[in-house]
Amino acid sequence: MTVISLLPNVVVQGVLTGLVYGLMALGLSVIFGVVRVVNFAHGEFTVVAMYAAFVLFSALGLDPIVAMLPIAVAFFVIGYVLQVALINPFVGRAEHEQFILLVGVAIIVVNALLMIFGPDSRPANLSYAFDSYLLGPLIVDKVRLYAAGAALAVATLLFAFFRYTRTGTAIRACADNLAGAAVVGLNVKRLYALTFGLGLACVGASGALMVTIADAAPSLAPAYTLLAFTIVIVGGLGSMAGALIGGVLIGVSEALAGFLAAPSMKSMFSFALLIIVLVFRPQGLMGRRA
Amino acid sequence: MLAVEDLAVSYGDAQALDAVSLEVEEGAIVAIVGANGAGKTSLIRAVAGQHRPARGRVIFRGSDIAGWPSHRVCNLGIGQVAEGRQVFPTLTVAENLEMGAMLPRARARRTENRARVFAMFPILEERLAQPAGTLSGGEQQMLAIGRCLMGAPDLVMFDEPSLGLAPAVAHAVLAAVRDLNREGLTCMLVEQNVAVSLKLASRAYVLENGRITLSGTGEALLADDRVRQAYLGM
Repeated sequence: MTVISLLPNVVVQGVLTGLVYGLMALGLSVIFGVVRVVNFAHGEFTVVAMYAAFVLFSALGLDPIVAMLPIAVAFFVIGYVLQVALINPFVGRAEHEQFILLVGVAIIVVNALLMIFGPDSRPANLSYAFDSYLLGPLIVDKVRLYAAGAALAVATLLFAFFRYTRTGTAIRACADNLAGAAVVGLNVKRLYALTFGLGLACVGASGALMVTIADAAPSLAPAYTLLAFTIVIVGGLGSMAGALIGGVLIGVSEALAGFLAAPSMKSMFSFALLIIVLVFRPQGLMGRRA
Repeated sequence: MLAVEDLAVSYGDAQALDAVSLEVEEGAIVAIVGANGAGKTSLIRAVAGQHRPARGRVIFRGSDIAGWPSHRVCNLGIGQVAEGRQVFPTLTVAENLEMGAMLPRARARRTENRARVFAMFPILEERLAQPAGTLSGGEQQMLAIGRCLMGAPDLVMFDEPSLGLAPAVAHAVLAAVRDLNREGLTCMLVEQNVAVSLKLASRAYVLENGRITLSGTGEALLADDRVRQAYLGM
């Protein structure tokens, strides 16, 4: 009886965490969908954002949900510069070359974190970390609710940017038909840099929010890269809505794993979900058939 | 307006163009005639900045633009209606047109150019909210031309504009090229329908295996035995 009555709480918690995951995966999806480069350093950048939020919190007392904004802006700039300086020369090159490039970036980032912060977990102990709201029969963590709300807000802004602005439309045009983009004189390299910047801004925002859910540690980086991949494949590569839906599904599956089995089994549940999706709908839930 | 001098283009080891020189005068229609693989599209891509030439000059209004990136070339007023139309299939017709006007030179004249495009191809106005991928081939070609005009070009390179279209539609598209030229647009025309393109052209070049082998007025080439045999089947 008590187990069943707790279940809705677990699901809600999974949905809220999943929205933060979804924002992270959205970054991966946007970058791949447009630039056609897979960001193998995705989890690594997420963890850098977690550390940034951790430092801003411990040094200045800045709430990570507020720190999300400057971190997202900084990550946009990092992404833009990275694309111009490092990745643009690799666009259109063989996939294994792009893979080595970004794996190289990932290794450098993780080791830089280890050098600066050491291998231990760094928690951001928010004053309201254990507060919760009672919504009817549901108990909802305050932190998770705020983080999920912020993630949803950032994702909505991004959707609106792509849908309603000229520059956003131009980025969709590049994804749609690259030859056509060159024909009409769109500055493809600049749009790619913007896209990578926006993808990393998602990473920056989600990393800052993630620190409210998990402690920052370099060892999380590869796990988050894998998590982002799983989500994007479940949701459908290149689909923005798919990334959010995939995030929510994986968030719920992890929460259920922790509740019904053991927290350490959460990856098993998400990979099971991944396999089921690959068997029955290989293009992902929202993906278009190739 | 445009002068190509001693242009060479290669893709890896394969040479697509060798020592190509030609001239497009302001207000003219210049036809480029040649078999498949003769280098017509390579020529257009090199002028448009989509492929860096190995050698030679592309002089547009006095400056050498060989090797410039395509977005800068477009902004000089060199437009392109590419082979295969190259519309953005998931974007709406309105968004496709909008993308043609992203160039700095075209932004201010966006509304005016849109009205001009709709006057020329009323069907596009009816289909504004429709994704371009759902249009018929002829409508997509009109969209590709309309999108190009949104960039306020002074010179447009048409690459096989009537390819794959029903005869009536192909005729309408080529009539549109003629009308645009009468309104003052300079055109370079690569067209599988050699007879029509030579009739439209004030000057024409025959491209064979990456080299210009023959040139003259459209009329002169129409009367040339070699052209009649090789391209007109007479």
